[in-house]
Amino acid sequence: MTALRTAIRRISLSWTAWHTTAIIVFGAFALGLLPFVKMGLVVNGAILGAIIAVGAIGLTLIYGILNFANIAHGDYMTMGAYLTLFIVGGALSALGMEAQGFGPFTFGYPTLIALPIAVALVAAGAIALDVAIYRRLRDRGVSAVVLAMASLGVAIALRGLVQIVWSGDAQHLPRQSKPVFHLPMDVRVPPDAIFVALVALALVSAVYLTLTRAKMGKAMRATADNPQLALVSGIDTQRVIWWTWGMGAALAATAGILLAVFQAQMLPSMGWRFLIPLFAAAILGGIGSPYGALVGAFVIGVASEVSTQWINPSYKPAVAFGILIVMLLARPRGIFGSSG
Amino acid sequence: MDITGIASYGAGFAIMACIYAIFALGLNVHWGFTGLFNIGIAGFFALGAYTSALLTTQPPDPALFEDFAFGGNIAEYAPLDLGVDLWFAVALAAAGAVCAVIALLIGYVTLRLRDDYLAIATLGIAESVRLFFLNEKWAANGSKGLYRIPKFLDEWVSPEHYDYLYLVVALVALAVLYLAVNRAASSPWGRVLRAIREDEVAAEASGKDVFAFKMQAFVLGAVVMGIGGALYAHHIRFLAPLTFDPLLATFVIWAMLMIGGAGNNLGAVLGAFAVWGIWTGTQFLPGIFSDPDFRLFMIGVLIVAVILIRPAGILPERRAFSRRRIPDRAPIAEPPP
Repeated sequence: MTALRTAIRRISLSWTAWHTTAIIVFGAFALGLLPFVKMGLVVNGAILGAIIAVGAIGLTLIYGILNFANIAHGDYMTMGAYLTLFIVGGALSALGMEAQGFGPFTFGYPTLIALPIAVALVAAGAIALDVAIYRRLRDRGVSAVVLAMASLGVAIALRGLVQIVWSGDAQHLPRQSKPVFHLPMDVRVPPDAIFVALVALALVSAVYLTLTRAKMGKAMRATADNPQLALVSGIDTQRVIWWTWGMGAALAATAGILLAVFQAQMLPSMGWRFLIPLFAAAILGGIGSPYGALVGAFVIGVASEVSTQWINPSYKPAVAFGILIVMLLARPRGIFGSSG
Repeated sequence: MDITGIASYGAGFAIMACIYAIFALGLNVHWGFTGLFNIGIAGFFALGAYTSALLTTQPPDPALFEDFAFGGNIAEYAPLDLGVDLWFAVALAAAGAVCAVIALLIGYVTLRLRDDYLAIATLGIAESVRLFFLNEKWAANGSKGLYRIPKFLDEWVSPEHYDYLYLVVALVALAVLYLAVNRAASSPWGRVLRAIREDEVAAEASGKDVFAFKMQAFVLGAVVMGIGGALYAHHIRFLAPLTFDPLLATFVIWAMLMIGGAGNNLGAVLGAFAVWGIWTGTQFLPGIFSDPDFRLFMIGVLIVAVILIRPAGILPERRAFSRRRIPDRAPIAEPPP
């Protein structure tokens, strides 16, 4: 009896055993459902999942290293999308760069120029906000909830700023209709979705390489693991925090641009409404775990998209929320999480 | 505008300020006393408002293209006929009860976990409630919304003076809830909540069931918010999913509490009147100040500024000590030689 209990405990503590079991169960479940599901929805869900992943990895990095829920993350996404629109419609068109339909895509090459500029601006803005707001609060030693509260204020202000400058109406990047790719099994993929998937793949790989190979990435992981220990080991935690903000906000801004491209429109509320899938993915994967966020994002993306086969598509955020609640009941620390 | 116009405008303003003060009181129970981070006030607001409205609004009229299934005119149910409009109290109680049930469910899932999980859960509930009432037309007429929500005691006064009567109703409701919340906050129970807010581990170590206390506080705050929602429904008498946009149903209330003084009930009420005064007053200003988007921006800036510059708000929380003087310790007897 005792031997059995020890064996069970060893299994439940063993990281890989839990993973393998979870993956087999999930995989079998998904494969069993596959014949009943339209492939087109799965593909669409995977693309949505890629966008959620880009946003959620940034969210989980900030969550893990700064140890608070950044409520403004969705509005960093919105800022990224609107700044791209601003650069494309303002600066670049003033320089005579106006085009739509770059290659197979609906948007023009100015969007590709604007994207990195907008992302850099949002990243710089996030670092500036850290200096102006969050660092002071950290120095004061406030609790995580007060930091989250401050980020709620930032979120509201950013949303207001977007509405002042661009009004509350739907906007879109200059676009030209392009033929949709037809794949077998009645899968139709809009060309922009391929762009979205490629950018997401590149960014996720870049984050992976940074966290595993670069010195700063290792320092970030060390700080997430144990800030005090990282500090006494000679890691400049302030720089780590700025890098985290920079990376997190850059990922958020990119996610916002990808979402605007994928949905062919942008709204001031798009980021706020995206918070639920973002947090669902981050918590599902386990706070602070980028790989977890990646897995969580695909689960949320595919599940909420596939759910539209049976229920009203506008319930997608509610589906993401439902998955989150089930996860919190079953395993609050998430798939890859180490602590609740 | 003549004097009666100003008076009636003032009454309308004061009613809304009272209703917002009730929300701020509910949020004070969550955040001010217990440190629960609820960013889905809109959810409880909507649940309370829809519950009360659906219980009292007449069943749908096909001639008006209303196609929702429910709508109960509880005012006409005989057992409740006691000569006064008891239905109003029943509707408010039901609004509070529905919010209590939902709060129990969210609390059960999240209150044992990290503090910020509650924020995500309340956000999710607010969005789910909004989506439910938007999509399920059978429930509450979808985006067209519910209207013809009845007035309370409307036979007592003429329609043009009705706002003055309702102002009294709102003031009474605010006073009752204020006294109740104040009483709860100054009781030993309220002291445990503040202990949890300050140091959860220490509270747990002192033998307090932190989960149970958090749950009670979460439910109490949600009930207060639900009653506020019901009062709103019978004042505006029109409800649609658009009413519960996070701006006016969540963000403004946060600004009210933070500016007024989190942890201080009087501060919450004062903050509600002040912020609502600024909010409605600025619409008469020229230029950008009357722009709703600019005001949204300023709400966010104000919340951050209060946290940075004056975290305690206008009326800071009073440091609570026992009102009774602790008796001087009896002199220790000299040890016998």
